[in-house]
Amino acid sequence: MAGFLRHLSPSEQVSLLFVLVFGLLALASAAHLLITLRDGDTDEALSRRRQDERLLLRHSWAMAIVFWCAWVWGAGMAVVLFGLVSFFVLREFISASPTRRADHRSLVLAFFVVLPAQFALVWTRQADLFTPVYVFIALPVVSALRDDPQRFLERNAKLQWGIMVCVYGLSHVPALWLLDFRGWTGQNEFLVFFLVAVVQTCMLVQHLASRGEVPSAAPAISRSFHWRGWALGLLAGAFVGALLSGLTPFKPLPAVAMALVACAAGSLGHLMMKAIKRDRGITHWGLEGRSVTGAGGLLDRVDALCFAAPVFFHSVRWNFG
Amino acid sequence: MTWAARLVGALLLGFVRLLTGAQARWHGCPPKAEQRIYFANHQSHADLVLIWAALPTELRAITRPIAAKDYWTASRLKRWITTKVFNAVYVERERKGDEDPLAPLIEALEKGDSLILFPEGTRGHAEDPQPFKSGLYNLARRFPEVVLVPAWIHNVQRVMPKGEVVPVPVLCSVTFGAPLVLGPDEDRPAFLARAREAVMALREV
Repeated sequence: MAGFLRHLSPSEQVSLLFVLVFGLLALASAAHLLITLRDGDTDEALSRRRQDERLLLRHSWAMAIVFWCAWVWGAGMAVVLFGLVSFFVLREFISASPTRRADHRSLVLAFFVVLPAQFALVWTRQADLFTPVYVFIALPVVSALRDDPQRFLERNAKLQWGIMVCVYGLSHVPALWLLDFRGWTGQNEFLVFFLVAVVQTCMLVQHLASRGEVPSAAPAISRSFHWRGWALGLLAGAFVGALLSGLTPFKPLPAVAMALVACAAGSLGHLMMKAIKRDRGITHWGLEGRSVTGAGGLLDRVDALCFAAPVFFHSVRWNFG
Repeated sequence: MTWAARLVGALLLGFVRLLTGAQARWHGCPPKAEQRIYFANHQSHADLVLIWAALPTELRAITRPIAAKDYWTASRLKRWITTKVFNAVYVERERKGDEDPLAPLIEALEKGDSLILFPEGTRGHAEDPQPFKSGLYNLARRFPEVVLVPAWIHNVQRVMPKGEVVPVPVLCSVTFGAPLVLGPDEDRPAFLARAREAVMALREV
């Protein structure tokens, strides 16, 4: 048995694993169906338990199918996944930025044309000019044609800003998957892992270091931002970058430089997003503080990544592409 | 419910959640399977869909929204969705002859269903809801045992403003407040004003 498994190629092993998982799920579902038929519908508590089991089975199926799609599509799945995150994040941003009725069609374009187009361009490896140039020109024209001059610049600036951060910025994370490096045979997934690990370490250390009595560098925007904590965060990010350099096409020293660039862009971008939140009078994105679960918005979690990804992407490409 | 209605209902629910989040905030009362009349502000035809999506599954099955007959029966698709998926009660917005416009609502309440009502009658454009029409008062007098729950629907007018066809994703929520009780000798204008205040008070919580 073990010999047979060792004889298979890695992709055959993964296929076998999926066959096993789906087979087990199919067996479990069939067994559950038979048990439900045998029970009848007499007992209240029993039928509640059966319903819980049915939900559990359904979620297991969904998760297994998601993993299977990810395996089949590879980088395509990453594009779809980050496209979805971008959609949710832009939704949060727009919800917190008041728009007027005349903006409706620009918003429709932003969500249903610009966003899919940007990620489709990432998929075809040509993500550069579309949003910063063409969308920048096209969307205000659509707004202007609706004949409402009130706060025109302000409304359009908000929309442009939202698209740049939530769509253009975030689309550079899956774009890393599709970069080609001469003479490097490693996997691009690790480049994404490198970016996320480095930036998140930096944000975490900066957050922990901010628990002192040190005065903030921009107290009206963030009470916790000071340069010492920021520098500590950068150092931590650079350290993790050096540790992970083996996974990337960089040598340790360039890896540290890349990590520093990504961390600086990410942490300062996070500070900028805080300024927007202060201006709107909200503490986190998503339903303007009306959330029932107490959880913050998705944008609060990924904003550093939105700023770090394009900067990281371009420095990687210029230096190694 | 037919399997087609079930399927369309599930798809519609997913679609509404994807666009708006359709978050329910039970502020003044818990979600509970008792006979209720939910009454809310009205700014868009999508209000009906949103409040339907915000209710938990168990309550959705026993709660029937009130739909304006002229709009929601205009095409075969709209009529099918409102009858089969939403299980709506139709009302005439304009009184025809001497038929009581509340008759279908009374019939539904007598059968034990809960209702979703928009007492403004038509969609408003202003920040504040328009004055409430007397239907809510009449139903409250006639069915004193039915619990009256105010609700504020937040942001829906941004999803689909009047005259637009394609919806835009914007986070929306429905806040449910503490139930209202009609006083034994409270008159119509006082109660309607109080009900409107109760709905508006939920805007800020």
